[in-house]
Amino acid sequence: MLVPEDTQITESAVDAAVEAALAAIAAAADSNALKQVRAEHTGEKSTLAQLNALLRNVPNDQKAALGKLVGGARGRVNQAFAAREAEIVEAEAAARLEREAVDVTALPSRFTAGARHPLTLLQDRVSEVFTGMGWEIAEGPEVESEWFNFDALNFDADHPARAMQDTFFVDPPEAHLVLRTHTSPVQVRSMLDREVPIYVLAPGRVYRTDEFDATHLPVFMQFEGLAVDRGLTMAHLKGTLDHFVKAIFGDEAKVRLRPSYFPFTEPSAELDFWHPTFKGGARWIEWGGCGMVHPNVLRSAGIDPDVYTGFAFGMGIERGLMLRNDVQDMRDMAEGDIRFSQQFGMVV
Amino acid sequence: MRVPLSWLAEYVELVPGTTPEDVQAALVRVGLEEEDVHTFDLQGPIVVGEVLDFVEEPQSNGKTIRWCQVRVAPDGETAADGGDAVHGIVCGARNFFVGDQVVVTLPGAVLPGPFPIAARKTYGHVSDGMIASARELGLGDDHDGILRLSTLGIEAPVGTDAIALLGLNDAAVEINVTPDRGYAFSIRGVAREYAHATGAAFRDPVAQSAPVEPATGGFPVVIDDRAPIRGNVGSSVFATRIVRGVDPTAPTPAWMIARLKLAGIRSLGVLVDITNYVMLEFGQPIHGYDLDQLRGGIVVRRAHVGERFTTLDGKERTLHVEDLVVTDDRGPIGLGGVMGGAETEMGDATRNVLVEAANWDPVSIARTARRHKLPSEAAKRYERGVDPAIAAAAVSRVAQLMSDLAGGTADDGGSLIAEAPGREAILLPHGYASTLIGVEYTEQQVHDALAEIGGAVTRTDAGFEVVPPSWRPDLTGKAELVEEVARLIGYDLIPSVLPVAPPGRGLTRSQRLRKQVADVLAGAGSTEVLAFPFVDAEENRRFGSAEGGEIAQVKVANALDASRPYLRRSLLPGLIEVARRNLSRGFTDLDLFETGLVFLPAEGRAYGSAELPAGGALPGDDDLAALQAGIPPQPRHLAVLLAGDVVRKAPGQAPVAAGLADALDRVRAAARAAGVELEVVQARRAALHPGRTAELRVGGQPVGYAGELHPSVAESNDLPRVVAVAELDLDAVIAAGDRPVEATGLSSFPAATQDLSLVVARDVPASIVATAVREGAGALLEHLELVDDYRGRGVDEAAKSLTFALRFRAPDRTLTAAEASEAKLAGAALAGERTGAVIRD
Repeated sequence: MLVPEDTQITESAVDAAVEAALAAIAAAADSNALKQVRAEHTGEKSTLAQLNALLRNVPNDQKAALGKLVGGARGRVNQAFAAREAEIVEAEAAARLEREAVDVTALPSRFTAGARHPLTLLQDRVSEVFTGMGWEIAEGPEVESEWFNFDALNFDADHPARAMQDTFFVDPPEAHLVLRTHTSPVQVRSMLDREVPIYVLAPGRVYRTDEFDATHLPVFMQFEGLAVDRGLTMAHLKGTLDHFVKAIFGDEAKVRLRPSYFPFTEPSAELDFWHPTFKGGARWIEWGGCGMVHPNVLRSAGIDPDVYTGFAFGMGIERGLMLRNDVQDMRDMAEGDIRFSQQFGMVV
Repeated sequence: MRVPLSWLAEYVELVPGTTPEDVQAALVRVGLEEEDVHTFDLQGPIVVGEVLDFVEEPQSNGKTIRWCQVRVAPDGETAADGGDAVHGIVCGARNFFVGDQVVVTLPGAVLPGPFPIAARKTYGHVSDGMIASARELGLGDDHDGILRLSTLGIEAPVGTDAIALLGLNDAAVEINVTPDRGYAFSIRGVAREYAHATGAAFRDPVAQSAPVEPATGGFPVVIDDRAPIRGNVGSSVFATRIVRGVDPTAPTPAWMIARLKLAGIRSLGVLVDITNYVMLEFGQPIHGYDLDQLRGGIVVRRAHVGERFTTLDGKERTLHVEDLVVTDDRGPIGLGGVMGGAETEMGDATRNVLVEAANWDPVSIARTARRHKLPSEAAKRYERGVDPAIAAAAVSRVAQLMSDLAGGTADDGGSLIAEAPGREAILLPHGYASTLIGVEYTEQQVHDALAEIGGAVTRTDAGFEVVPPSWRPDLTGKAELVEEVARLIGYDLIPSVLPVAPPGRGLTRSQRLRKQVADVLAGAGSTEVLAFPFVDAEENRRFGSAEGGEIAQVKVANALDASRPYLRRSLLPGLIEVARRNLSRGFTDLDLFETGLVFLPAEGRAYGSAELPAGGALPGDDDLAALQAGIPPQPRHLAVLLAGDVVRKAPGQAPVAAGLADALDRVRAAARAAGVELEVVQARRAALHPGRTAELRVGGQPVGYAGELHPSVAESNDLPRVVAVAELDLDAVIAAGDRPVEATGLSSFPAATQDLSLVVARDVPASIVATAVREGAGALLEHLELVDDYRGRGVDEAAKSLTFALRFRAPDRTLTAAEASEAKLAGAALAGERTGAVIRD
């Protein structure tokens, strides 16, 4: 706005300029408009700027009063600019956020979740219960010498118990190598490798010539526990198993032993446990075998059975998973259908 | 073992009303686990009827039926089904006569099947019931015609309940007999165990049969074993008795047929039935010879080399020198303890019988039964151990039954060899049972339990001297005696005491890292699967080595699936099969991993041991070392397989197909989880895409590979064209990372970043250029990353432009741009020297 040449600094002229500026500031809708208003009303060619320039020509005695008048006017206008600017910035930021809204239910996934196999998860879980008690985890080969798999475990070469094991033999059979029929050979290896007292858990894959059906797999997983120490009794065996089933099946779970036979334990027992949350109702369920380590097994590993006693137990992990997680068909565990592992994710 | 309750009740007191389930519950407490309950599974009214009359009526289908009038209740009375005393019944069989007594299933009855009987219209009549065959009643396999009661020697008033009459109301419990309890393969043994479990009174059937006495006229028997196995003579007990004048066609009584049937044995004529019956009752296998077919006396010996013999089942067998044979003057007439011979078998013409009850060495029998694949009832008992003290009583029991049921007359005496070695006493130290079980048993309790099982117990200062009963060969040591004490007094008394193990060290490093690797892979999007390790030879050749040629393999001698008898050298065949199964089930985006053992025998090396050390004693160090050395290497591998998309199509997102980069990412993540950085080197493998294969190394040593399947391999496995795979020797990777991380100090001075574009020939691997730049740039280079590989306009056709983003930083000062540039140029210079790379203008 151009100020006429004869313009004098008057209160009314200053007020008019301020009024015009404030009206324009209030009317500015966005930051661009405000920028333009700012140029018009405070820029070099604005009325206020020119009025300010006129101060140079004012007589000295009026300079202070008029200077204050113009300065105050410019201050009011600048304040209004700052306030309006803050308003506009805030509004514009809010509008931008509004525009940036997305449908959170329709976002793409750049990552597909994976899963552990529930058998290995359960094996880890079982191992954890025992390492928590101070036990260690022992391992051994799957192609195993018959000596470790049978002879050292008090299976006589001609005893029917040996034939009952449905063994896979490695060719040629005269080399006496088998696919281990249980993880018990690891017991023998542990006794040979470690010093008494021994408290170990041996989980792992085992093999039997069972047909592949809903309740049998030729390749399956077991875990076996072995403790050898002075003064161990069958009560310690029962206490260990009680503790274990409580950890896996809840505090109401408990163990019941029934007389049975295994070549490598004497006395031997079948173990049933009380399954408090079984789907068809709480009940006793058969889960494995156990007993006091047979003196001949201790002797095979060079441990004196008159000084030390031991107990051992063995259970199937597949059956544990069936009982615990209501899996109906063992084949689902072996076929690798990704739906099976994925329904468990990372937790069994 | 199946135990009919009526039979059991003969030798142990069964409280009236005892159910099969009660018996099972009692037996399981002493260690005989329940398997099943067997019944005849039928329901009345089933009655004795008399055929009053019949008319034969030929039918259009060529059959002739009989329209019968059958009296099913005494005259003037109502039949069991509420109908008339005479029923009209259509019968398809024609093996009966007017006046015959038959079994009539009346309307309302149910036969096994279930097959409910109702009056029904057939062949123009209303048939008001059915005349039953033995097979329809579940009593036998004979379906040639209906059952005539006269053939069972039965005559009963019309209308009598036939279910009770024929013993069809009995039930049997089936129990699982563990291999140590051979004696429980008998009514005698089970009755004794039932007495142990319940305290009921036991009557020993053996005690009720007078043992045969050797007599001068007894049948001559010689045992001539010149090659005992493990020092045990093949047969130490041999009892015989002759029964003369038997009628082999005499009917087997219905109760015996019913008991045999419930026990799982078919009726085969009275003589054979009796031998089977006594075997089940005593647990003593019996053989009956047609005496008139025998030539001379019996000699028991080992078979000669190449000797041949035809067993009862009609099979001619070539014998092994370890086989025990019963011979007469002609040669073998029986495979001792396993199966008799066809030539001297009892038959319909037999008049005089030689009854044999022998005891055979368990090891010999086990070997013979396995060698000839003859798991007979006799062999099953002998290999578990038969009471050596009952043979003489058993032949008398057979002779008695043959007299009673087949009209024979037993000779007064017989022959008897009884040379079974006596049992030695076992010392059970006082207090031992308590220290092994954790229950405070009194001396009296221990004594009583051992006496109750039949042991001869003598107290000494040291403990109880126990001579085990003759029927318990399994009781060989004090631990076995403790089990007897514990089970008789009850396993339920054992308290629960948690032992305190010494402090453990937790998982080993390898165990911990394996779990971490699996968790990391699953966290990265991979799904864990477990495949069987069985493969075919071609799969091992293809995936077992880079070259894909002949390779040593472990073969399973008795594979279930004959087409896959080898153990895997690689996890890939299993993953490929799993992938194919998932694809067939509609899952096209696959990201799989497996960890497991592979079996890597070395070329030309024989594994295993020809001889094994004996069990029960610590082998010598050399023997143990030899056993260990005989076991083929079995490292744990990790493999991944990806197909389809790794990033799925979604709103605003294009799909990303899985490729080699993803397989590399997976194994890199896995290795990093084990504390190891993998080196990736361009390579080739027969099974993989020739241009898309990497060898994976740690510290310069190969530990695995990654690649895309060769398209031809993918195609032959019905997989999509692009399938990315990788496999690592997980054990080697974990071993390589076994050192603690050494941390470096972090400089807080500002970094200087610069890009460097180098033009090199296309066949130069970027990793070599990067290594040169890194080395040339020296210590100031903090980080280097390949950010672009440009080929096209502006770059020579045979070349590519690699752009690296470089970050420089000094530990002690703020770097100047000039210093950074100088380092960069030094890097470029070394790259140029090594690879011919030049800085792109």
